[in-house]
Amino acid sequence: MIVDLAIAALGLFMAGAGIGAIRTKSILVSIILSGGVSLAASVVFLLMGAPDVAMTEAAIGSALTTVVFLYALARSKQADSETSDTSIDNPAKDPTIPPIDSSLGQTETGAAS
Amino acid sequence: MMRKILVALALAGFAWAFLPLVFEAGLIGEPGQLASAYLENSPKDFAAANVVTAIVVSYRGFDTLGEVAVLFAATAGVGSLLTKKRLGIAGEKIPKQAATEVLLTATRLLTGLLMMFGVYIFMHGHLTPGGGFQGGVVIATAVLLSLLSSPESHVAHGLMTVVESLSGASYVGLGLLGAFLAWGFLDPRALPLGQIGALLSAGAIPFIYSAIGLKVGAELSGILEALKGDRE
Amino acid sequence: MNIAQFIGSINPVAASGAILALIGLWGVLTRPNLFKIAVAFSIMETGVNLLILSVGYIRGRTAPILDSAADAATAVQKMTDPVPQALVLTAIVIGLAVTALMLSYAVRLRAAGGASSIESYGDEKW
Repeated sequence: MIVDLAIAALGLFMAGAGIGAIRTKSILVSIILSGGVSLAASVVFLLMGAPDVAMTEAAIGSALTTVVFLYALARSKQADSETSDTSIDNPAKDPTIPPIDSSLGQTETGAAS
Repeated sequence: MMRKILVALALAGFAWAFLPLVFEAGLIGEPGQLASAYLENSPKDFAAANVVTAIVVSYRGFDTLGEVAVLFAATAGVGSLLTKKRLGIAGEKIPKQAATEVLLTATRLLTGLLMMFGVYIFMHGHLTPGGGFQGGVVIATAVLLSLLSSPESHVAHGLMTVVESLSGASYVGLGLLGAFLAWGFLDPRALPLGQIGALLSAGAIPFIYSAIGLKVGAELSGILEALKGDRE
Repeated sequence: MNIAQFIGSINPVAASGAILALIGLWGVLTRPNLFKIAVAFSIMETGVNLLILSVGYIRGRTAPILDSAADAATAVQKMTDPVPQALVLTAIVIGLAVTALMLSYAVRLRAAGGASSIESYGDEKW
């Protein structure tokens, strides 16, 4: 009974963190929240009686995946000047950096959504 | 508008597909027939205390072989996509930020301990929760800490290649040993089964898991090095 | 069925897993940024792993490791189902591999001069 309540509470936290990760505008916040989802999932695995899986999820999902995301974010340029809603209709705020590079073969009027 | 309706339809379809799992279909009273057979026969067949290890290494050994192959393919893909030339930073010396005092001290204290902990995890995979994959990930975390703390240092590329190749070859070699000396490929009864709970028990399972642990650790360190932008 | 029976018949792990999988799928379908899509895929993978493992959830039992809590004689009565655990172990590691590959494609696209938004790749001609 207690275990079920604890799993339900963690499930609620996971759902909230998941929705927050998708809806936020900052990519950094969504990466950290996805690490939080993995951590809560690892505790749920432990409460269910699966310690191998809990160890694997904590090490891989919470630690390595977050680090891999952060490294990838650092590798890509313009990581700071774009929000995650940047698209054709809503270009990045910095006017000196073009959001679409013409070297990819697109014209001015192409790329309609 | 059309797009929102389609997205809502897709989500509703998946929710309808998940519904039987949520309501009482997943709550069984007893393990099924296959699970009961694995639970009963695992101490007799392999003398492994950790039943999940016995399943992953020997009963479902081919799945693990496939998983190691998939991890190898992903590492090769990441390593070839993110070379310095393709990232556009071939000749540049990017100024890197020096690590802070806290990170330096913590790394000096923790790297050796983390390596030892990772080796402990995969060596005792048949006795306690853990195993090759968890131990390999902990070793990769130790390598990551040393990469973060001294940004000028590089992963020893030759050493990683040799470790990864040798451990992958020894994994397949142990499997072939099982094919010649025991009942099939990846059968750990090629080496003598000891007593349940001893370190040298369960036949070839600790050796197989050690090989897997070293291979996974080397591969994940390779992925981290490629993502850091250090790969030629 | 009254309310108590209804709530007792829900598998809480499966419910969390299903909700997470649906949140991840919604994120993949509606967000245009490449990194956001990768984060949503990662959340979806966590949800699906929870869903797979929920099939082996037996209330009140312990981990499938033979020690003082459950020895060989009482193994079948006291342990949870070990087969989904072995499957999810594999699935988590492969999830990491797929995420790393997805992100390296995103980084490569950005390094070649593209934008971070998936809308701008609508006209690629093969």
